Amino acid sequence: MYWEKDIETMSRDNLAALQLEHLRRTIVRAAKSFYYGELFKKIGLAPEDVRSLADLEKIPPTPKEALREHWPYGFVAVSRDELVRLHSSSGTTGRATVIFHTAGDLNEWTNLLSRCMYMSGMRKSDVFQNMMSYGLFTGGLGFHYGAERIGALVIPAGAGNSKRQIQLLKDFETTVIHIIPSYALHLSTVFEELQMDPKDTRIRIAYVGAEPHSEKMRQKIEAIYGFKAYNSYGLSEMNGPGVAFECPVQDGLHIWEDNFIVEILDPATLQPVPDGEEGELALTTLRREGMPILRYRTKDLTRIIPGDCPCGRTHRRIERIKGRTDDMMILKGVNIFPIQIEKKLMDIPGVGKNFLIILDREGFNDHMTVKVEVERQFFDGDLKHLEQLRKRIVEELRSDILITPKVDLVTPESLPQSEGKAKRVIDNRKD
Amino acid sequence: MIASQLSIFAENKPGKLAAVTEILAKRKINIRATAISTSDTFGVIHLIVDDPEKALAALTKAGMLVKIRPVLAVLLDDRPGGLDKLAQLMAREGINVNNAYGFVLENRVSAVFVVDVDDPERAVKIIEKKGFKTLDAEALAAVEPFHYMQY
Repeated sequence: MYWEKDIETMSRDNLAALQLEHLRRTIVRAAKSFYYGELFKKIGLAPEDVRSLADLEKIPPTPKEALREHWPYGFVAVSRDELVRLHSSSGTTGRATVIFHTAGDLNEWTNLLSRCMYMSGMRKSDVFQNMMSYGLFTGGLGFHYGAERIGALVIPAGAGNSKRQIQLLKDFETTVIHIIPSYALHLSTVFEELQMDPKDTRIRIAYVGAEPHSEKMRQKIEAIYGFKAYNSYGLSEMNGPGVAFECPVQDGLHIWEDNFIVEILDPATLQPVPDGEEGELALTTLRREGMPILRYRTKDLTRIIPGDCPCGRTHRRIERIKGRTDDMMILKGVNIFPIQIEKKLMDIPGVGKNFLIILDREGFNDHMTVKVEVERQFFDGDLKHLEQLRKRIVEELRSDILITPKVDLVTPESLPQSEGKAKRVIDNRKD
Repeated sequence: MIASQLSIFAENKPGKLAAVTEILAKRKINIRATAISTSDTFGVIHLIVDDPEKALAALTKAGMLVKIRPVLAVLLDDRPGGLDKLAQLMAREGINVNNAYGFVLENRVSAVFVVDVDDPERAVKIIEKKGFKTLDAEALAAVEPFHYMQY
């Protein structure tokens, strides 16, 4: 049940002591990097000034822009000889951020992924098909090494090539997969094309991640395939996957506090908020040698779920990511997250797999159009029923986002569904 | 007898009907009658064709959302009062019409009236009892529609 019982179930007091010990080492290491060296000088902080976990708050949070400005080596805290690998964020805006790892960093990261996968049930006897792109993206290699360490048979399938994915699933009787949620939905249509039942496989566990998704979307995926889907959270700046992961209870993601200090910050004031309150997740690496990062602003919105988890792990849980501070849409003064729209849509019978939000401006008026695919089984040739569905979607969205969107029903699988991260918003508004 | 109507979901924009007819033309599927009902940004194209199953397969393969819908294809006399007789009967029996359209046959003696009702099984019994002839998919495939273009 536990990969490392002593660490996973460690008392909160002992965990805090372990965190402090590693934080102090991290501060000493970070001071050797250009960025933190300069920053500590500027704020007048000596590494030995950090004597308690609360002292971390003396250091201002690190934004993604700092990583970009000090590209590529400004955060590196060891000799370049010690670096054995680099990964890069999948960000599409601006210059990619690069993260360097030492051999020790890769070892810690691999262990975290083994812990995550073991927690949700992967064992030596499993066949693991990794449908993530290998390369600079962390989702491929991260899971790959974690699964190998458990001893599973790993199929490094990579992303895309749906027919081959299905062939591999069949040929090698894959039992565990790692997949992007929107791709899981897309793949189910390929099963249908091949006149195969997506339930007719040996898959019992899926790790879904790399893309925010709603609880309903998870349930939809679970219902289509008949397996258990576990949410995986990570970001390349914090290694990649393996930061937080769902346990079999499937109620929040345990965030590994022996490796990271977790803070939830008020996005406006950047002050920490108490457990239970929503805010921006900020993380401090505790084991990183090559490139320690302190109080990194993830721009992911979540909250700590107060209380103990029935699984017995003491590491706190974060709620499924609600959205990102940077994909927030502001329409007529209302803040809207695509994930909110998705959640509402997935609740409505007759709604298909994909949707697209289009924002337009006419004069001084902003409009939101939501294109929604109709579910194939819902269509019975009766225009009346389509019109009822459209009205229901408008009503449900209006009650949630407080503005009235225009809703267009479209043919199933007609909206762009990339084999990678689905693009949900097109903003045509010009300032 | 119950006939089959193809109902195709389509966005309300130029080229959508053409996409349907192009596929049917390529497969040599003959269209007997058409009706289109539209809402704001989408609509449903209704077709009576000579081979509904073949059309369903071809259009679905092209990614379209298509259903075969049971409808009544009632044979009427092509003369004043022909439709009235049927309409009066349906009114008396409380048969609600969701959608309807018709076409005249080559012999210019009869016409086919296609009616989409809530409970076609019940409606067909009532209508046939009163002496109306209804066509099924096979009979519809065999009829020769009147060719307006010849005149």
